[in-house]
Amino acid sequence: MIAYIVRRLFSTIVVMAVVAFVVFSLLYLTPGDPAAIIAGDIATDEDIRRIHARLGLDDPFLVQFGRWLWSLAHGNLGTSIFTNLPVTQLIGQRIEPTLSLTLCTLVVSILVAVPLGVVAAAKAGSWLDRAVMSFSVLGFSVPVFVFAYILILTFSVQLDWLPVQGYRSFRDGVWEWLRHLILPSIALGTVYVALITRMTRASMLDVLAQDYIRTAEAKGLAPEQVLIGHALKNAAIPVVTIIGVGVALLISGAIVTETVFALPGVGRLTVDAILRRDYPIIQGVILIFSAVYVLVNLAVDMSYVLFDPRIRLT
Amino acid sequence: MSPTWKRFRDAFRRHPTALVGGAILIAMVAIAILAPWLGTVDPLAVFPSQRLHPPSAESWLGTDMLGRDVYSRVVYGARVSLIVGLAVAALSTLLGLAIGLVTGYVRRLDAVLMRIMDGLMSIPSVLLAIALMALTKASIGNVIVAITLAEVPRVVRLVRSLVFSLREQPYVEAAIAAGTTLPRILVRHILPNIVAPLLVQGTYVCGSAMITEAILSFIGAGTPPNIPSWGNIMAEGRSLIQIASYLIVFPGICLSLTVLAVNLLGDGMRDALDPRLARRM
Repeated sequence: MIAYIVRRLFSTIVVMAVVAFVVFSLLYLTPGDPAAIIAGDIATDEDIRRIHARLGLDDPFLVQFGRWLWSLAHGNLGTSIFTNLPVTQLIGQRIEPTLSLTLCTLVVSILVAVPLGVVAAAKAGSWLDRAVMSFSVLGFSVPVFVFAYILILTFSVQLDWLPVQGYRSFRDGVWEWLRHLILPSIALGTVYVALITRMTRASMLDVLAQDYIRTAEAKGLAPEQVLIGHALKNAAIPVVTIIGVGVALLISGAIVTETVFALPGVGRLTVDAILRRDYPIIQGVILIFSAVYVLVNLAVDMSYVLFDPRIRLT
Repeated sequence: MSPTWKRFRDAFRRHPTALVGGAILIAMVAIAILAPWLGTVDPLAVFPSQRLHPPSAESWLGTDMLGRDVYSRVVYGARVSLIVGLAVAALSTLLGLAIGLVTGYVRRLDAVLMRIMDGLMSIPSVLLAIALMALTKASIGNVIVAITLAEVPRVVRLVRSLVFSLREQPYVEAAIAAGTTLPRILVRHILPNIVAPLLVQGTYVCGSAMITEAILSFIGAGTPPNIPSWGNIMAEGRSLIQIASYLIVFPGICLSLTVLAVNLLGDGMRDALDPRLARRM
């Protein structure tokens, strides 16, 4: 088990190094003078020179990369070109709505998707199974912002049940906070639910065909006991894996969802940064989101130890 | 008829939804190509006196805040989605195939290239595309390149794993024993067995590329505003959702329908090519 954990930790470090290198070198791989691109169409030579100096673009590439890594190790993600504030501070100010949205969606999606997948597998071929599978194809096809607008038009504009957009901090009251998160979470969660449901169903169908399931049924266990205690536990690894992989969908989706619902989160910060060509912010956001994604998947790999005793023994 | 085609035909018979998907897709391609002859006007023509007219007999899907005809814009918008979807699917499968074949066969390159692919795959694809678009000028070509780079690692993974299992097959070992050269093994024995799963992966890449293009355009990092695309039509309607929801609804329906068609087609093809998987999914 120790060897497994050490191996996973090591490969995580390698992956993070590659991510850092890619995020850094994008600025140099793209054609043209990065300073001129960042400065935009109406920049003067003076502006471009200033950005050159600011980003240290006149030094050799590896010197720049080394300097960037060094400040990264000190928790410094650089300074926004537009606002002149540290990127870490800007992201810190915007983290609460994004965390609220993604965590809410994550928890609710898993609570909905896993039972849905289990039921669909248990009643494979029934109308319920077909309905669940149709929903999952639809979930993959309707883009998050299209679905978000359908929800807004129905529940906010027509029925007037929920706010059209905006965010309230949970310090202003849990109900107000939750009320503003219901529609964004449903919109963001749909594709995630579709993904997890599909995988749960497929994995359960595999396990349900095994001999030990027949044995469990033959010795007279209740169907629920077989389904949860025997089948779901053995079907867990692919499901947990897809939950981790799907976090990428949540991260990408959060940017769009925050734009639709005007949530002042990290996604909104990114979109504003794109419009202002404020590359240090984009760089910082990508690095942090990718790090979160890598760490989530590291945690997923570690959780295999709980489900598969074979890993514990090696 | 070759067995593969027979399997395709049987699968389509078993999955009428795949046929529906194919039909919708063909219709969309026809609409995109025939756009100028489908009762459209210039999608960029501005009529300030006719701003924000709701759908009516003259302008079927209404007009936007500059008086442009939404129907014409949506019809022309089909071109962007289809071009981006098909180009990204073609480019990323070809590029992924080339890199995957090499990494599957050259051990020393494999270690290095796969670490790079792992790193690229750890950056959520929309974010990677956003970063690339933030550093280049907005154009359809750049959108295609940005999305392709974000999609390639997944194709490489697929091809590499297929190559790994194929090179253990007795007929490949027999070919090696008979002294067949490496390029010939790759082309004659490995490639034909990769084409089918790659085609299926290509359809899913196509669908996801269409969604990514729309997302990029929607947040202002994609197709430039002077080319109507479903994503940027919706972006322009963003602040008008409460008074002119048709600006969002119609391009949204078209986009969802097209992606759905591509996904249904992909599901049908996957079932045709992998009957074992078909029973599970």
